Amino acid sequence: MRQISYADAGMEALIEEMGRDATTFHLSTDAPPPLVERFGESRVRGTPIAEGALTGMAIGAAGSGFRPIIDWRMVTFSFVAMDQVVNQASKIHYMFGGQARFPILYRCTVGGGVRMAAQHSQSPYSMFMNLAGLKMILPSTPRDTKGLLKSAIRDDNPVISFESTRLLTLVGEVPEEEYTIPLGVAEVKREGSDVTIIALAWLVHEALAAAEILEAEGISAEVIDPRTLVPMDTDTLRASVRKTGRLIIADEAGPTCSAAAEISALVTEDPATFRALRASVRRVCALQVPIPYSPTLEDHVFPDRNKIAAAAREVMAES
Amino acid sequence: MDISPERQREMLRLMQTIRRFEERASADYVAGDIYGTVHCYIGEEAVAVGVCSALEQEDQIISTHRGHGHCIAKGADIDRMMAELYGRETGYCKGKGGSMHIADFSIGMLGANGIVAGGISIITGAGLAAQLEGKGRVAVSFFGDGASGAGPFHESLNIAAAWKLPMIYVCENNLWAVNTPASSSLSVPDVATRAAGYGIPGMVVDGNDIFAVHQATREAAARARAGEGPSLIECKTYRYRRHTERPTQVDIRPAEEIDAWLQKDPIERLVRHLKGQQGQLTDEEWERMDREILERVSLAVDYARASAFPDPARATDDVFAA
Repeated sequence: MRQISYADAGMEALIEEMGRDATTFHLSTDAPPPLVERFGESRVRGTPIAEGALTGMAIGAAGSGFRPIIDWRMVTFSFVAMDQVVNQASKIHYMFGGQARFPILYRCTVGGGVRMAAQHSQSPYSMFMNLAGLKMILPSTPRDTKGLLKSAIRDDNPVISFESTRLLTLVGEVPEEEYTIPLGVAEVKREGSDVTIIALAWLVHEALAAAEILEAEGISAEVIDPRTLVPMDTDTLRASVRKTGRLIIADEAGPTCSAAAEISALVTEDPATFRALRASVRRVCALQVPIPYSPTLEDHVFPDRNKIAAAAREVMAES
Repeated sequence: MDISPERQREMLRLMQTIRRFEERASADYVAGDIYGTVHCYIGEEAVAVGVCSALEQEDQIISTHRGHGHCIAKGADIDRMMAELYGRETGYCKGKGGSMHIADFSIGMLGANGIVAGGISIITGAGLAAQLEGKGRVAVSFFGDGASGAGPFHESLNIAAAWKLPMIYVCENNLWAVNTPASSSLSVPDVATRAAGYGIPGMVVDGNDIFAVHQATREAAARARAGEGPSLIECKTYRYRRHTERPTQVDIRPAEEIDAWLQKDPIERLVRHLKGQQGQLTDEEWERMDREILERVSLAVDYARASAFPDPARATDDVFAA
């Protein structure tokens, strides 16, 4: 199968969906040349640096029969649009009694590891998960990026795509033929029997590397990528933990009120899954600090394969 | 002004409907039948009706927290409005929104909005949609003097001007943002002055003169439909009541100022005009019209009261579109 990058897979999804549906259009500060070339400057607009306005405009256009695609660039810039995200986009379908649909894709990059310091190394998806009314995806591979983005564009709700900065240059297999990946379906990346590692985005790759390390030590790790944060494929996560009895959640966000915390609660509040637990649940997350710049500091703050493997050894030692 | 007497009487009917609807909503709120709060538009009726009477059915508007007038002026059904205020399942939002979130997308009313300036960029997106569609539709943003100091106003005007979106920005300057006088929070005496910064026409009109509002809107709509871009219309007006009907709501506005504006009432002004125009409205006709409106509002209350409250299980419906 051909191989393309995570970033190119995302662009390919947009090209295909914008070609497929004339009600789509694209707004971002700086218009992406591959889209301008194909669809022209009317549907692909470079905008003033006014993310709040773009975020709100998407809502009005969506309510008028269009499927806007808004690229915030970094999640950092979504924060200047939070009124529109929190007070409007997440609630507007519900608040108006479901009378109109708001199909919107908001894209942004998340995560650190590229020495961009505190403002440009954030993973705040749980802040958005806390709102009712937004769907969100967090792909870990080029194939998932394309398939999930295509589903997100076709979805009739506001969907936020969190795309990992560290993974933008990752190259992987992407089918040339048409495909989509449904929202709300996790993927078991590696089967195992001793410990379940639920990992997000870049940490999926670190968890797979940790599983290799652990295998050499006789520990069988199952690695699961939820791929979609809302809706969460809770059944798949619980089924794995009922099989292994041990759970580690790996994410590059801090642990407080995080996706990892939510996954921990979703898995353990189910009585059958709780009874199957043989050890405490561990979150392998970033330290709860703003992300620092210097390599020695940043690398210390983020989780990695070694920290995941260490956590696995600890939970194995518990029972 | 080439507005037929019939249309002028219809404009009067809509203005009086807004006033009677809100008087009733306020009374029923005080009586405990309507929950949360109610923001009354009374005194500003000439703006909503003057603007909307100059629009086409397909044109779109967005409103504010003070939204009943815009709904009624755009043609919303007062039965479903009152039912929404009463929290009933037959309301516009199935009882999920209340006074501050009434919307009717089928008539181009994209919603009241509880965030000051929150709707300005949303309706600008509707303007972008109109431009992409190319069918000559216009989008109108209602907002207050307070909102003109907020970021979305400036971001939206800049984008609409740069892209020549078919937008009309209507500032309802009622001189007070809750209890903060516009004179102390605006950097210029007139909000319309700010249009110059975006290279678009800005005009100040007497917001209690429905014909002035109608004419300014008509001209702005013609420019928008011709691809000439947005306009900013500032309507100087006044709300007669406190910011909200909540009993705890303080009103520090001077009594003399309120009295002075009561003398400039937009409805009385239109009534006087019609009565003065070769008997286009007699005392009897006006009394009859008002009686009919009161009865109509009363029927809306009957409709609301006869409607069921939503089943609690419906609370989890419509979080997402299926």
